[in-house]
Amino acid sequence: MSRTAHRLIGPEEPLWAPHHPEADPVSLHTLGFWLYMMSDALIFAALFAAYAVLDHPYNAAGGPQISDVVHPVAAFIQTVIIFTSVFAYSLAMVGLKAGNRAFVIGGLVAAVLLGAAFLGLELRDFAVLIAEGATPDRSGLLSVFFVLVATHGIHMVFGILWMLVMIVQVAMKGFTTAVVTRLLNLRIFWMFQASIWVCVFVFVYLNGAYR
Amino acid sequence: MLVHLQGAWNPWLGRLTLSQIPYHSPIVLGAFAFALLAAAPIVGLMTYYQKWGYLIREWITTLDHKKIGVMYIIIGLVMLLRGFIDGIMIRTQQLLADGPRSAAHLQAVHGYLPPFHFDQIYSSHGTIMIIFAVTVVLTGFQNIIVPLQIGARDMAFPYLNAVSLWLTAAGAALVMISLFIGDFSHAGWVGIVPLTELPYSPGVGVDYWDWALQLSSLGTTLGALNLITTIIMMRAPGMRWFRMPFFTWATLSTQTIGLTAFPVLGVALALLSCDRYLGTHFYTAGLGGNLMLYTDLFWIWGHPEVYFIILPAWGIMSEVIPTFSEKALFGYTVMVAATLSIAGLSWAVWLHHFFTMGAGPGVNLVFSVSTMLVGIPTGVKVFNWSLTLYRGRLRFETPMLWAIGALFLLLVGGLTGMMLAIPAINYTVHNSVFVVAHFHTMFLVSVFGIFAGLMYWFPKVFGFRLDERSGRRFFTFFSLGTVFVFAAMYTLGLMGMTRRLDYLYNPHWQALLIIQEFGIFLYCVSVFYFCKMIYVSIRDRAKEAHGQDVWRTSRTLEWMTLTPVPFYNFAVIPVVHGRDAWAMRRDSGLTATSPGDYEDINLPNNTIVPAMLGALAFGFGFGMVWRIWWLAGLSLLGIIGLVILRSFADDRGFTLTAATVRRMERNHEDTGIVTDHISPPVAELALFQ
Repeated sequence: MSRTAHRLIGPEEPLWAPHHPEADPVSLHTLGFWLYMMSDALIFAALFAAYAVLDHPYNAAGGPQISDVVHPVAAFIQTVIIFTSVFAYSLAMVGLKAGNRAFVIGGLVAAVLLGAAFLGLELRDFAVLIAEGATPDRSGLLSVFFVLVATHGIHMVFGILWMLVMIVQVAMKGFTTAVVTRLLNLRIFWMFQASIWVCVFVFVYLNGAYR
Repeated sequence: MLVHLQGAWNPWLGRLTLSQIPYHSPIVLGAFAFALLAAAPIVGLMTYYQKWGYLIREWITTLDHKKIGVMYIIIGLVMLLRGFIDGIMIRTQQLLADGPRSAAHLQAVHGYLPPFHFDQIYSSHGTIMIIFAVTVVLTGFQNIIVPLQIGARDMAFPYLNAVSLWLTAAGAALVMISLFIGDFSHAGWVGIVPLTELPYSPGVGVDYWDWALQLSSLGTTLGALNLITTIIMMRAPGMRWFRMPFFTWATLSTQTIGLTAFPVLGVALALLSCDRYLGTHFYTAGLGGNLMLYTDLFWIWGHPEVYFIILPAWGIMSEVIPTFSEKALFGYTVMVAATLSIAGLSWAVWLHHFFTMGAGPGVNLVFSVSTMLVGIPTGVKVFNWSLTLYRGRLRFETPMLWAIGALFLLLVGGLTGMMLAIPAINYTVHNSVFVVAHFHTMFLVSVFGIFAGLMYWFPKVFGFRLDERSGRRFFTFFSLGTVFVFAAMYTLGLMGMTRRLDYLYNPHWQALLIIQEFGIFLYCVSVFYFCKMIYVSIRDRAKEAHGQDVWRTSRTLEWMTLTPVPFYNFAVIPVVHGRDAWAMRRDSGLTATSPGDYEDINLPNNTIVPAMLGALAFGFGFGMVWRIWWLAGLSLLGIIGLVILRSFADDRGFTLTAATVRRMERNHEDTGIVTDHISPPVAELALFQ
């Protein structure tokens, strides 16, 4: 043999790690969920890239331009609402630290209501546009506008659904490891949706209205 | 909002009518008969020996990473066979339909396949081989081996692991069912736009392709985050980053690619679905669509996917070559750096798939240089493997044969790849079968790696070796087939034959086409020897049974476990003292597996939920393909409801007491095999008791 790459194991060195602790479930799930959020971020990255490609007067195909369909003031109200919702969720996290179930549930309910208000405004915006004839099948530009904003909206719907489940689980089970892990990960998810909305607000609404 | 389609539609069956079953096509009928003939004995034997319960309790519901990996590999090998049959059909059609005087058979004008059928076959060949054969088999290897190599008892998320498997299975099932109900995409495995758009592909073929890819891509993304978390969090004490076996490094690089690339495929396909279902204009040829948007998004996933396929195969080679050279891997650290840099570069080269699409000389230049940069770490790898072989004590057992075969193929594929990286050459041979021969050579590196891994790890998982004699013949015929098919194909490409042709206009290509067909015949012979190898090995399994380390010179931690591996992997987690942990123990005379002091082991219960999610995902996909809205809607609701329900179940898992572990391990010491078969109970069964 040309060379031995390794030393030999000495008699005093331990060979086994009996009762080796299993990986901490909270860190395990947090890392896994961060990785999931990374894949989610890539979904939005691809959609923003598609938006950048199709955000050209040419892609309006003679239909409404982006400045005709975005209402930055209404979107600003949505921005305020979604961040208030994140704030409410953060208050729930304060309640989690204190171990106060009612506090956590209260924060979650507030976050759900604000999230629903956000979605309500978005749906109303969509309804108005569609009534005006600015539908997703009108042009490539409108397609990507609707799909980008709606993808964010669908994420919001699942966030709200998740919060409703968590309200029940906190009430039923209290703060078990699984429930706490889910609350922590839901916080990441909810804040991430707010950050994505900032990008939507800047690149679609502000950039579209004032160019 | 929904696109209005012409043709029959009813609320119960959607677009599905009896005329969609292609019973008028003798080829499809033959395939159906073949599938029935293959399935009937299996179903019959399962029923006769009353093994359905065993199948459900031990396999369908399992969360054991090794069994999940085995199921991945079985799905992958079945799909490999299907893709291979597609390949035979393509080659045979081109042989028969060469020149204006070529004969007509069945319903074709030239050859035996009408153009629409031929187009479906090359589309399904590509889709199946890349997404459902090679990717799936390699995922299976990573599932089985990585937790063993890092000294873990399971994956980080065993339940999610099963969900990934069943999503992949649902995608594969959609591709398979498209053979018998409706048709498959005719737009190539890349889904050329705007051909995949509704006006040009009004049938269900593109939808089958779309949803099958979407489901399996979701499964792969979830699998990627699982493997990454496992590698980061679950390593045995003492296994520092640079003590990890090389295959684990390859997996980490691969899955990083998987996690970041597959979501982009998901978006590319979802936007296509929007076009086809909602009438949007992302990729349409008018009304503000952009065809290049699809091409870019697809290849931003597509090129990383190439490395997603090749890196694990290189990881397998990096395990097999040191074992059979009886040396440590040469330049381990450099190999790690090379693998990570290939993974990094994989995101920066996608445009070389369409140099001719008019991006301009500046852009082409950047992507040409970045593509050539990939050659540097790849070259480093080839030299490192060669230097591992150099002055090693070589043993040419079957895994080693495949690994060395892969090395040679990599040289050919890599050099032609460097040629294609030059835009000037690329313009000349663009869309010719030269390109096809190049990427087949590279995929065959992967396939050779897969067979190396199959021969190498099969004894670890099942406890007996594969028959060496038929294994060698399998290798010989497969390699010869490769030479005949692809040497001829490279030549044909340089002679100007373009790809995806159902009719060849040049009778002068006949000689080379015959050589190709002869190569295909050799492949068929090799498949016969593969089946014989499996049969003989199972027949003689008692004779070929062996202990924990069959090759006697293997180096990594998976060979420390009992054989076949008990479901808890390690009775006690080992301490790692350096790289090649098992070789260190062996050289120190510490091979005994018995740690003396056992402990209770807690593992998750089996559960039927992942398989149900897979079934619902299949229902969703099928419903979307045929526009059976109630089926798609109910399936989606079912998935959401099941996930929520499962989140309410606090599964405390299954505890194996120290006494049982001791009994199993002692039993192994006495008899040499794991005889005491215990596995976790199915959680849902408790509901019925």
